[in-house]
Amino acid sequence: MSELENKIIQRAAALLTEGKVKRVVGWRKGEFIHDPSPATFETADSLKEFVYNDYCGANLSKYLVDISKKEGMTAVFLKPCDSYSFNQLIKEHRIKRENVYVIGVECQGKLAQYKLEEKGISGITAEAYDGENVVLDTLYGKETVKKSDALLDRCFSCKGKKHVVADETIVLGEPVDTTVGGRFDKVRELEAMTEEERFSFWQGQLSKCIRCNACRNVCPACSCLKCVFDNPQSGVAAKSNADSFEEQLFHIIRAFHVSGRCTDCGECSRVCPQHIPLHLLNRKFIKDIDALYGEFQAGEADEGKTPLTSYTEGDTEPNQVFNATEEK
Amino acid sequence: MIKINRTDLDRFFISISEKMPLFLPVKKAGEVNFGRYEEGTEVSLDVLKTVKSAKDFFFPQSETMMKFKKDGKNLEIVDVREEKEPFVLFGVRACDYASFAILDKVFLQEPVDTFYKSRRDAAVIFTLACGRPEESCFCKVFNIDAADPQGDVTCFLTAESLYLRANTEKGASVLSLYNKGENTDGKEVEEQQKKTREIMERLPFANLDLGKFKEENLKELFASSEWQSLSEACLGCGTCTFVCPTCQCFDIREFKTRQGVVRFRCWDSCMYSDFTQMAGANPRTTQLQRFRQRFMHKLVYFPSQYGGTFSCVGCGRCVTKCPQHLNIVKVIKKLGGNND
Repeated sequence: MSELENKIIQRAAALLTEGKVKRVVGWRKGEFIHDPSPATFETADSLKEFVYNDYCGANLSKYLVDISKKEGMTAVFLKPCDSYSFNQLIKEHRIKRENVYVIGVECQGKLAQYKLEEKGISGITAEAYDGENVVLDTLYGKETVKKSDALLDRCFSCKGKKHVVADETIVLGEPVDTTVGGRFDKVRELEAMTEEERFSFWQGQLSKCIRCNACRNVCPACSCLKCVFDNPQSGVAAKSNADSFEEQLFHIIRAFHVSGRCTDCGECSRVCPQHIPLHLLNRKFIKDIDALYGEFQAGEADEGKTPLTSYTEGDTEPNQVFNATEEK
Repeated sequence: MIKINRTDLDRFFISISEKMPLFLPVKKAGEVNFGRYEEGTEVSLDVLKTVKSAKDFFFPQSETMMKFKKDGKNLEIVDVREEKEPFVLFGVRACDYASFAILDKVFLQEPVDTFYKSRRDAAVIFTLACGRPEESCFCKVFNIDAADPQGDVTCFLTAESLYLRANTEKGASVLSLYNKGENTDGKEVEEQQKKTREIMERLPFANLDLGKFKEENLKELFASSEWQSLSEACLGCGTCTFVCPTCQCFDIREFKTRQGVVRFRCWDSCMYSDFTQMAGANPRTTQLQRFRQRFMHKLVYFPSQYGGTFSCVGCGRCVTKCPQHLNIVKVIKKLGGNND
């Protein structure tokens, strides 16, 4: 057990035994190192299943929409990027802040198991860390991978190690910079393409979509009680993509719907079974909002006006939005 | 058994695809899924599991069932079913092949699902033995031999060559479309099979205990308090059901077009909130109930209805694809004993 994990579990145990909180939201051990699940712990004894490791990428914020309405206090462990989602949900009045005790936890970047798969590493039986490397025992021999090569894409555009909301923090180590290039590099690359190239990029990616709705259901910005795509009364309910138009429609409408509220937490891309880089759609909107209304980071504050929900006389007109995009 | 060098595989695929559509694992936009072979297609036989299973070929995600046209006071019902032309489905792993027998039990019993049957009859299936099982695989638990799947033709892939063994006349006739294969006794294949079977024994989920999942334990399993923690992180998405080779539930709906009304069916997921929505009410209102249904169906209801056959083939797709890492293995371990 790492020192960090130990500290976290001790703190959770103390909060539960002192009766300060009724439950703790964290991550439960899986069958391997790489498969922890979000979980609630109500007794100090149950914390033996608690885990905090490099695969705890799951953002716990959205679970608080329901859990914070339960009776009694809930403690939750949030990584810096999760804290943006939590704050945004506070702003949208979806979480009862007074019922939640937020503990910010250290994050040095989280790993994606599929990155190992992409490198042809399979049959993993054990995993250990050796400085900056992950050393894996597999049924087919030993493998060593640089940790920086197996990070979730979101970590390459890390928003920083600061928790934008926290009642206390547990941070032990010196921060590790995981950023590579700029946050909007890939968006610029797509903008620089011809229309045909860009269309073919997205067509190729979106045609893999199986409409499992994992991206939507995990998204902290998608907190509608009933999604229009699930509502038979809406006339646009859809359980599968019948054609390429429907493939594009769903993701683009969703990106529009969360624009200005998306914190760029990257959960959509983490959970996609087909690894569609959905976060790039959101980032395009974030980049355009920054350019048209001034820099804005959703979730940075838990109150105040936002570019798309406030009106000023100098607001950009729809045709200007189009031009601004064209000029890039 | 015949042997084809890897370098000649394109020629082999071309000779089949000239005669009939050929579908096989193709890498597109970074992921491997079954797709139609065309010259220049990036075929990916070394990836163990396609993201989606092979069930799509018999039970597509969405299909039109019939159309209605109104002309004055007359309503015409258009039968859109047609004879399916023969096609080759190549590279089906043992787990996916075993899933067809499970789907058959549902779709081919009376009343026969003619949409499914016409596709099933038209298919010539080339299975592909596994050479490199992964930690998420547990087909062995369901007595599936990953080293020797059946089908019309069984293929074995080694570092240099593809070996093919025809099991049926249908398979032999497709194989005969390519006459440059070399006859061989298949010694290398036996070695590979031996290795694969050894690995299968050592896989982390090789000895899951299914003993508890019997009809007589239905009520006890249903009432288990473990479902709460097993399901609590469930997002209610459809990933597990849509990548699953044995999930077979569908929804039927209609939509109006200018040319009339189209009735279609598409995959449905018991994880979705409206899965059991009826005119009067919805009997499953919580995610716990929906989650429990999925696993009770696979491990208890299905076997009790179909002579003891579990509705799972241990492909492990749900193990690797669930966004929050909930899966049937965790359910089996929690509820079915801990034989590992």
